[in-house]
Amino acid sequence: MRAKNWLSALVLAWPLASAAENAEQEIDTPAAPGLGTLLAHPEPPIEVQAFDTPNDDGGSITLTWPRDRQISENARYQVAIADSPNGPFRVVTEVAATKNLMSEAPALFGHGADLENYHYVNVEEFAGADGKTPLEDGKTYYFHIDVRSAGGAIRGKVIVNAESKGNFFNRAKVNNLVLCLAFSGLIMGYIGIARRRELKIRRIAGLEALDEALGRATEMGKPVLFIHGLRDMSQIPTIAAVNILGRVARRTAEYDTALRVVAPDPVVMSVSQETVKASYVEAGRPDAFNPDHVFIASTEQFSYAAAVEGIMVRDRPAAHIMMGYFYAESLLLAETGATTGAIQIAGTDAFTQLPFFITTCDYTLLGEELYAASAYLSGEPRMLGSLKGQDAGKAILLAILVLGSLLVTLEWWPQLTHLFTPA
Amino acid sequence: MLFLSRTLPLVIAFAFGMLGVVIYYVPHGNAQSLEREMALWVRIIFAFSYLLGLYSLLNLHWQRIRQRVAGWAYSLIAILSFAVMMIFVVYNDGLGPFTAQAEAGGYKWLFDNIHVPCASTMFSILAFFIASAAYRTFRARTPEAAVLLIAAVIVMLGRVPIGRELADFFPLATDWLLNVPNLAAKRGILLGVSLGAIATSLRIIFGIERSYLGGGAE
Repeated sequence: MRAKNWLSALVLAWPLASAAENAEQEIDTPAAPGLGTLLAHPEPPIEVQAFDTPNDDGGSITLTWPRDRQISENARYQVAIADSPNGPFRVVTEVAATKNLMSEAPALFGHGADLENYHYVNVEEFAGADGKTPLEDGKTYYFHIDVRSAGGAIRGKVIVNAESKGNFFNRAKVNNLVLCLAFSGLIMGYIGIARRRELKIRRIAGLEALDEALGRATEMGKPVLFIHGLRDMSQIPTIAAVNILGRVARRTAEYDTALRVVAPDPVVMSVSQETVKASYVEAGRPDAFNPDHVFIASTEQFSYAAAVEGIMVRDRPAAHIMMGYFYAESLLLAETGATTGAIQIAGTDAFTQLPFFITTCDYTLLGEELYAASAYLSGEPRMLGSLKGQDAGKAILLAILVLGSLLVTLEWWPQLTHLFTPA
Repeated sequence: MLFLSRTLPLVIAFAFGMLGVVIYYVPHGNAQSLEREMALWVRIIFAFSYLLGLYSLLNLHWQRIRQRVAGWAYSLIAILSFAVMMIFVVYNDGLGPFTAQAEAGGYKWLFDNIHVPCASTMFSILAFFIASAAYRTFRARTPEAAVLLIAAVIVMLGRVPIGRELADFFPLATDWLLNVPNLAAKRGILLGVSLGAIATSLRIIFGIERSYLGGGAE
């Protein structure tokens, strides 16, 4: 009974104490609030921190403050900015009492259970006299955080300051850099090993068949048709396709077989022309090179497909080599090619198109084999070393996958999974 | 001459390759503006390369017409189509060639009423090609083809209303097939592709891969 009385006294005393404390703060409401209003007023945060937003190109300041779990869900934090500690302060943004938790931005704050207990906000601009004004790097800005609830707003007492600046390293990409360096080191290491001793490389059927296709075209006296995928020259599948084209062109020059190259992009066409020309020169057959045999069919997807299909049906090449990144046109090309009876070799890393190529082509280079093709065809030790490094990298990734699956399944070291989370 | 044809391209490939790698990790404004600048160069080069592409396209079709090779009439249609579109592009619905393309006029009409239906027709043909390719593939001559056939039948039934009517198993099995074995295969391919891309990039940046310079190893 006595305990119940003490509890009642506390319940009655708390609003009075709270009201007394709030009365000391600057209240921005036009009219003085009553007791009921003061009951709803939470405290503005005291442990406010302001700092340059990490991992960015400047022009942004981040503020953090502890989460108040007692605060009403309808309350909002108002972040005010000024270029002097004396103001004038302008409200730059509002944050709901339950939103903008640091745990929601792992790229900025990483991972951890404690991050649930802090709010954050990034300030990049504020409403100035001339409209939206971006933050200037190197200039000090001052902030305070107010709390606004149904009863009005209470101004925060704590004023913090910070300067924004451009960062020279994106720490959120550390895991990416480490993996990239590790795999690069592995590949370079195998290239070094390949210089000293012969490495055994697994057989790739699609590439073994390339000579067969070129030989068949030579015997039949018909051309070889090399078809680029749709992506432009800045994409790695296209670069890999051009590398393969260089190898194919050298062999067609040696066999004195006609080669036609179709490109969907003028840059790809120009690079292909130069590559084929250089290969013919290397093979000692510069006279056999005809720039008109490397041409652009169309830059539009289905116009390209229609043009290439027309070439397949009219010219009846003996071999179709399709390399690069393909979209829906893959089946149109490969199925039409299959009806002409040509030997077809396709290579793509577009996994959505792989089933179409597998069903319609004689040989298909799956994903990574597209990138391995040029090195494989060259037979050069250093190139083969890079292939071996690729395989070793895959073995390591497989081991990591198995280990990670085990750890996650057994719920050991869950934080380990964040090592591989992309930024 | 060897310097221009060999050494200089290798130096450029190394310099810009390393620059691209560094910029990826450096968020500083200067690095980002350099990246934007390089992207601008690419766009300028691309714009000029369009002239080469145009020459290539017109020359190819002109040669076909001149030599009366099989199907030369298609080449004639291609050149005429280009000429008609060019006239409307330059006319630009009365605004002239030096302003942004108008949202109306002959060019837009031709694009919407000829080019788009033609492209849609090509896309529609895909349905028939899928059927013919599926027919060839789904003949269960090997254990792998039999597995493929069974999986395909389940997925097809799981994706249409009649499958759900027949049994709840079909949509559930479809989701499982797509989310477990199919996704695992996709991710496996992606891992291999990523490593392949790293290896290809390293080979080009460090001048080990030179086939784009003419197929020779050294």
